[in-house]
Amino acid sequence: MTDDQRNEEKAPRIPTSQVGSTVPVSDNPEAIGALVSVTIDGIETKVPFGMTVLDAARTVGVDIPTLCNHPDLKVAGVCRMCVVDIEGQRTLQAACVYPITNTLTVSTHTRRVRKARRHVLELLLSEHYGECYSCVRNGNCELQALAEEYGISEFTFGHPEKSRFAPDLSSYSVMRDMDKCIRCRRCVRTCIDLQEVGVLEAINRSDETVIATFEDLPLGDVVCINCGQCVNRCPTGALYAKDETDAVWAAIDDPTKHVVIQTAPAPRAAMGELFGLEPGTPVTFEMNTALRRAGFDRVFDTNFTADLTIIEEGTELIQRLYGALVTGDKDVALPQFTSCSPGWVKYLEHFYPEYLPNASTAKSPQQMFGALIKTYYAGKLDIDPASIVSCALMPCSAKKFECNRPEMHDSGFKDVDFGLTTRELGKMFKEAGLHLPSLPKSDFDDPFGTATGSGVIFGATGGVMEAALRTVLELITGEKVESIYDHGDIVPLRGFEGVKYAEITVPKVGPVPAIIAHLVPDWNWVDGATLKVAVAHGTANAKKVMDDIKAGGKFSECHFIEFMACPGGCLGGGGQPIPTTPEIRAARARAIYSEDSAYAVRKSHENAAVLATYAEFLTDGPCGHKSHELLHTEYTARGKYIPQR
Amino acid sequence: MSIQTQGNTLTFASIDADAGLRTALAMSRPDIIDTVSDSGMKGRGGAGFPTGMKWNFAGAEKGDKKYIICNADEGEPGTFKDRVILSEFPDLVFAGMAIAGRAIGAAEGIVYLRGEYSYLRSHLNAVIKKRRAAGLLGKDVGGVKGFDFDIIVALGAGAYICGEETALIESLEGFRGEPRNRPPFPVVAGYRYAPTVVNNVETLASAACIFAKGVDWFKSFGTDRSTGFKLFSISGDCAKPGVYEFPFGITVADLLKEVGGENAKAVQIGGASGTCVPRTQFARRMAFEDIPTGGSVIVFGPQTDMLAVAENFLEFFADESCGQCTPCRVGNAKMLAAAGQLKDGVCSAEYLAELRELSGTMQVASKCGLGQTSSNAFMSILEHFGDEIMSRPAQAETARTSA
Repeated sequence: MTDDQRNEEKAPRIPTSQVGSTVPVSDNPEAIGALVSVTIDGIETKVPFGMTVLDAARTVGVDIPTLCNHPDLKVAGVCRMCVVDIEGQRTLQAACVYPITNTLTVSTHTRRVRKARRHVLELLLSEHYGECYSCVRNGNCELQALAEEYGISEFTFGHPEKSRFAPDLSSYSVMRDMDKCIRCRRCVRTCIDLQEVGVLEAINRSDETVIATFEDLPLGDVVCINCGQCVNRCPTGALYAKDETDAVWAAIDDPTKHVVIQTAPAPRAAMGELFGLEPGTPVTFEMNTALRRAGFDRVFDTNFTADLTIIEEGTELIQRLYGALVTGDKDVALPQFTSCSPGWVKYLEHFYPEYLPNASTAKSPQQMFGALIKTYYAGKLDIDPASIVSCALMPCSAKKFECNRPEMHDSGFKDVDFGLTTRELGKMFKEAGLHLPSLPKSDFDDPFGTATGSGVIFGATGGVMEAALRTVLELITGEKVESIYDHGDIVPLRGFEGVKYAEITVPKVGPVPAIIAHLVPDWNWVDGATLKVAVAHGTANAKKVMDDIKAGGKFSECHFIEFMACPGGCLGGGGQPIPTTPEIRAARARAIYSEDSAYAVRKSHENAAVLATYAEFLTDGPCGHKSHELLHTEYTARGKYIPQR
Repeated sequence: MSIQTQGNTLTFASIDADAGLRTALAMSRPDIIDTVSDSGMKGRGGAGFPTGMKWNFAGAEKGDKKYIICNADEGEPGTFKDRVILSEFPDLVFAGMAIAGRAIGAAEGIVYLRGEYSYLRSHLNAVIKKRRAAGLLGKDVGGVKGFDFDIIVALGAGAYICGEETALIESLEGFRGEPRNRPPFPVVAGYRYAPTVVNNVETLASAACIFAKGVDWFKSFGTDRSTGFKLFSISGDCAKPGVYEFPFGITVADLLKEVGGENAKAVQIGGASGTCVPRTQFARRMAFEDIPTGGSVIVFGPQTDMLAVAENFLEFFADESCGQCTPCRVGNAKMLAAAGQLKDGVCSAEYLAELRELSGTMQVASKCGLGQTSSNAFMSILEHFGDEIMSRPAQAETARTSA
């Protein structure tokens, strides 16, 4: 073995020092020897072999404080907040990484444990610059909460009086303030391991350790995809999404401006969390009222353009398939990739630019809406598009970047002026005294009011694919999709499995519907064919699929693949309420699917407003000239190495 | 070699490394481990973990890939004995690695050489090449069919923390050198998650000696609980600094007599992370049961400013902490700042008491040995030389008077 050979072997994606316990937790606790006795603060219990002390303590109601630990991430054991006393051990052990493999006696609040935890907090506070009052995370900060819990009443080891770091405000989406960083490295593990983007890493050592980008470049100049997953997992205010609420208030205050807002489905399933409601409590219609009372002139449903996206993207797929299978067009790129997640799009542009031809040229629903509001809507209501301020409520931090892409000016103006996060809107509501849960319900505004369930499920991983298949199957078979799938629910595409794969056979073909009659003469070429589709959420899973495609594996045989940058899809987006956990995301998904089944019209091509738009405005039909001008876009091959200015 | 290497004659010079290797290869694998266990040898790096037990753990692990790593990241301030071993007795080290490989079932050995010793690399590679040619490395080592074992030399990049075995492994894997969480220990999941034995240079060389000369011979040196002989790196205020060999159990006073440091005010034993022993305790013994040591002895003459000594050590740790865990990263910075405050005469007794508590936290709550030991020297200097430190005129005051 030479040095070169050693370095050629594939390294794991994250340092082992940040992986922690490698003892696998027994998944069959019934097996003999798979249960281990442990006594925690005098409470005896049995836990599966390999379970951490932290998790074991939770099973008996003993709460151990943590900072660097996060349920979505690999363990690190670096903050040392969770230290406990284990009988027979000279030193304290970090409960989050200590696997129980033999009988243990654990004490979680001995004197030296309490002292150590308080020291850890006091040491962190001695370097944590800033006032809680003026912090974006005031009231929702894990460091603040622990300081309160541990009764920190003075700064034993001092407190910084001046700032040491200039904040990095270079990104359109994610802001960084190292003054508030406690070096827990959740963001590093999120970026390297959960998302496999790898923008953030610790540099320097000792007390000079900081989290930095490659060559310490501004975040706006590196391969950051703006997914904001690091923001959702930061325990303090060191990472936050750009706040544009002041600019939106200014627009609302300006009587010459016509301020409209479109709202995506995922925030509705999560906004309630900001007002103390259980995760998964939908507040769609209360939110409409709040938006109007806050001063927005019109409240639209992004589901309208989600349905439009399905028509455009579905048509594009049919065109690609027809080209590849019938006319033998060698330039057709398959599988077709969805393009509604701006984090995923930027990921593709950076890491797999050679696959950009596979991305659907259809814009995201946000940007389609933006282009229509300042053209179709402005014309219909005879409003000067220059006076329109177009806002979008999104679960997403990357939408801020997306609406600032230079090519997103197809209406002749900046198509979407502000992409607002769920958190920003919640803040505006609170400032305006709008207590969401107690507001009356109201509907969306016309002319885009009528939504379908298919638009709603865009908010969950697999939703775009399910919506597209509902429409594609009906267009091809001429039958109600409910006759193929019970209630039209395409179950194989649901759930949080990282990568899902399904094969859908076209059971029969019908006549070509008028709306796309200009594109294909008949369906005979697809009769009995098997559509291979896949769904991936979180860019780490996207990477798996992309690498498989590169290697010519099973996913290269697919026809259509849905990619979402964020774990869980939009409902787990970087603009959603903090915290995020697998349980919270599952609850939000339940809210989204229950909203879908409540809709009378659940398929995009049945959306009357969409059909009216084609009849009145996009008159040359899906993927026609007008639609290409307004609803489709192009991408930028960015690559991993960005030339610096 | 530019350093004065030998204070006295080293036993290593009289050992036939290959005789040791051949004896070991004639034994069954469990017998090799038993021999090391019987010798009572403890790790020579400083922590003193029983070598036989370490080999036994790794040997008992299943897996066809295992590794022997020679820790040559000699980074403890005041330690330079491994440099002498690597320069003059590399055959002993490589024989020891092959024996360890045979014992646990490893086919690959890696010498992790500290970056500052890069000049030794070509020398070590030449010796490795020679041993390959002689059939003492490579395929069928020593003519034992099926025992393949080879060694490469990898370079560190100059971080003290990479002497900590799990940080060393991270560094070898190409990552930032930071300690891992334990358990699992390297003997279970080390380099590339495979069972790995990480031994100090001197430990491996001594293992070869045990097989060359026998367990009884080895145990004739040292004490019951600290068997064998030990190399010491002696520096500071003494007439004859250098690398010496003494049996474990030698008193500080006897050692100082040998090196011409009898009038010392204190000695720092075990490097910067060790303890400071004042003159009143010079009867204490260098052995795991009294003052455990990796062999570093720094002698402080009567004129030494002990606060400056403490500050010097703290500067080192405040810079060398890997920055991963809170108690070590921030704690060392606070300790260093306090040394400055003491120098300026602006450190209150209450704050000093809090720092003692903080040192206690660092000892028990830090992730690895660095943070667990880094405040030791400062605390023992405060304990033994508190009067000297607290009674010194505040620097601000001195400046005023002299002006």
